[in-house]
Amino acid sequence: MELSEKEFLAPGHRACAGCGATIGVRLALKVLGENTVAVSATGCLEVITTPYPETAWEIPWMHVAFENAAAVASGVEAALKSQGKLDTTVVVFGGDGGTADIGLQALSGAMERGHNLIYICYDNEAYMNTGIQRSGATPYGASTTTSPHGKESFGEDKPKKNMPMIMAAHGVPYVATASISYPEDFMKKVKKAAEVDGPAYIHLQQPCTTGWGYSPAKTIELGRLAVETGSWVLYEIEEGEFKVTYRPMQRKQVSEYLNAQKRFKHLSDQEKENIQSHVDAICVELKI
Amino acid sequence: MVSIGAAVKEPGSTRKNKTGSWRTFKPILDIEKCIDCENCVMFCPEGCINKKYDIDYDYCKGCGICAEECPVKAIIMERE
Amino acid sequence: MVLKVMSSNQAIAEAVKLANPNVIPVYPITPQTTISEYLAKFVADGDIDAEYIRVESEHSAISACLGASGTGVRVFTATSSQGLALMHEIIFAAAGLRAPIVMADANRALSAPLSIWNDQQDSISERDSGWMQIYAENGQEALDSILMAYRVSEDKEVLLPTMVCIDGFILTHTVDPVDVPDKEDVDKFLPIYQPDHAYLDPKRPMSIGTFTDPNYYMEARHDMELALQRAKKVIAKTNQEFADIFGRKYDFVEKYRSEDADIILVAMGSICSTIKDVVDELRENGEKVGLVRVRVFRPFPTDEIYDAIKGASKVAVLDKNVSFSIGGVLHNNIQSKMDVDAYGYIIGLGGRDIKPSHIREIVEKTKNPTHKTQWIGLNKEEL
Repeated sequence: MELSEKEFLAPGHRACAGCGATIGVRLALKVLGENTVAVSATGCLEVITTPYPETAWEIPWMHVAFENAAAVASGVEAALKSQGKLDTTVVVFGGDGGTADIGLQALSGAMERGHNLIYICYDNEAYMNTGIQRSGATPYGASTTTSPHGKESFGEDKPKKNMPMIMAAHGVPYVATASISYPEDFMKKVKKAAEVDGPAYIHLQQPCTTGWGYSPAKTIELGRLAVETGSWVLYEIEEGEFKVTYRPMQRKQVSEYLNAQKRFKHLSDQEKENIQSHVDAICVELKI
Repeated sequence: MVSIGAAVKEPGSTRKNKTGSWRTFKPILDIEKCIDCENCVMFCPEGCINKKYDIDYDYCKGCGICAEECPVKAIIMERE
Repeated sequence: MVLKVMSSNQAIAEAVKLANPNVIPVYPITPQTTISEYLAKFVADGDIDAEYIRVESEHSAISACLGASGTGVRVFTATSSQGLALMHEIIFAAAGLRAPIVMADANRALSAPLSIWNDQQDSISERDSGWMQIYAENGQEALDSILMAYRVSEDKEVLLPTMVCIDGFILTHTVDPVDVPDKEDVDKFLPIYQPDHAYLDPKRPMSIGTFTDPNYYMEARHDMELALQRAKKVIAKTNQEFADIFGRKYDFVEKYRSEDADIILVAMGSICSTIKDVVDELRENGEKVGLVRVRVFRPFPTDEIYDAIKGASKVAVLDKNVSFSIGGVLHNNIQSKMDVDAYGYIIGLGGRDIKPSHIREIVEKTKNPTHKTQWIGLNKEEL
């Protein structure tokens, strides 16, 4: 895929060194190009990119609140339509908190109404902006500040809320999972999303050095481990048809992924086994 | 003087903030070894490596992703 | 001029049709719902060329309004009570982002207990937000106020949203004769919305909704205070321009037989029609009473209200709301901003009927007041 030379997210923003979110946004915008309007929910991405009087965004951008990015974007899309700007793409960037939890209602409404927009959830699997609290997307076994491991607890005891499937159940014509560590796969999906006349949803896993507990240089490596161990599956659902878009040659043991992160360090061998069985079940079903 | 609604009309104005001052380690690229795979270009969170492999040290935070992802180890992180 | 009989809800829908917004996000709630329904029919018949968004909650209604307004187009929505309360977070954001949204609020009591009937607690509770607030007495005024609201809100000296408030059921579901202006006249009065301060256009990218640290926030808020003060001049100018084209003159307050009154009643909204009848009755009996109807509640027209009531020996302020342990908000606002002998009366909460006898009771009580604030019309058993 030909990468656009221009950077639509300028440097100088306040992201942590090694931040995965900005990688995802940079790649997505290189595909979408400059005839794009972005809407953000409150969260890491919004805060690091727009400290008044500066902005990192080279395209028009709007943020209002935490739970309403999809509703704001619905208004933007309708307004652009009313102005005859049918070629302008509307892309929404919401974190896992602003998408799966507080933002779910607005997202559900927007998707059900069929607005022509692309919703990209950048999922770092917790409320990272406020300091690593558990969200509906926090995976089983992870230690966060509100689901810390302790004498009575091993951390998060619920599985990840399955946002892509919830979106597919809305009849969203294009739904995909992606990873910043598989940029061509991600960018192909962004392109497909842009070509859909109607809503599209991409759930982008984004490793977070600060929240997951690993050295910043390993951000891409962590994302790779997630996919290579089957912990994160790359797939797309086009008009209801499910297709895995990447299968690791040799699926690695989940423990390799878990051991690389501080947020899983506390897990016992048994707990890691449980996670392995769970991943095995999914991967066997999907032939991964 | 704050703009109406604290809106910002200057796109990309974070460029005024040189995050290069954040780093402890600096990536040094040996262009001879480079195989033009563009991994570093794609994976830099700041987008401060261009297609000609110039690294913009005004913004490089020294995260080390470029060095980590270079398949031929053409980039080394040096303590500044 | 052709007068048609219609509800205030229909009158508002007619006004919106004339104002021609680009985007209309709505969510139903009693007693505003028929506004949304009239608008839906207008859109379905092609009488308004707008994107009608059937949002899934009021919070999303105002959010979509803000997104569309930020993109640079005119918008409209309507709500009431619980819906307005649900919008609260974004109400503040809309004013802070200086979006000239115009919204109709069908005044209705706030839960709990749950009530669908009229009082003004809902909009009164948003008074700190920076929104302008107009309280209409009848359907004609509701229609006219919507048109004027767009003009004032979109003025570059103002750029703040407006809510036009009409009493739920009392106005929304009863009919009045209304003159619906001609489109050509409205087009003369209301220019196309072309913002400089907020637009989402890839040809000139800007970022809306940044975050400000302590070095910037306070100035942004102070700018809103200044805008609200400038709004007073713009409202006065707009009132005159409206009168010149449409022949109906509105003001910050309406004075009814108050010039030589000993006791002046002050109130907002449809209750003023009842008060006017009682004033006429009492005047027949030689009593010097009058009414000052507050029409513009925010920006609070201190000078205009004071000017109208200063001649009275006593003032009775009627509030269809209560700020617990303080009293009625209009009473409190008046008492805190000017040196008058004002007594507050809490009435009509949750749709409790206000009879002429209650107004007479208020006048009597004001002659020999025993309390600064009293509740009127409570069931006798409760007292």
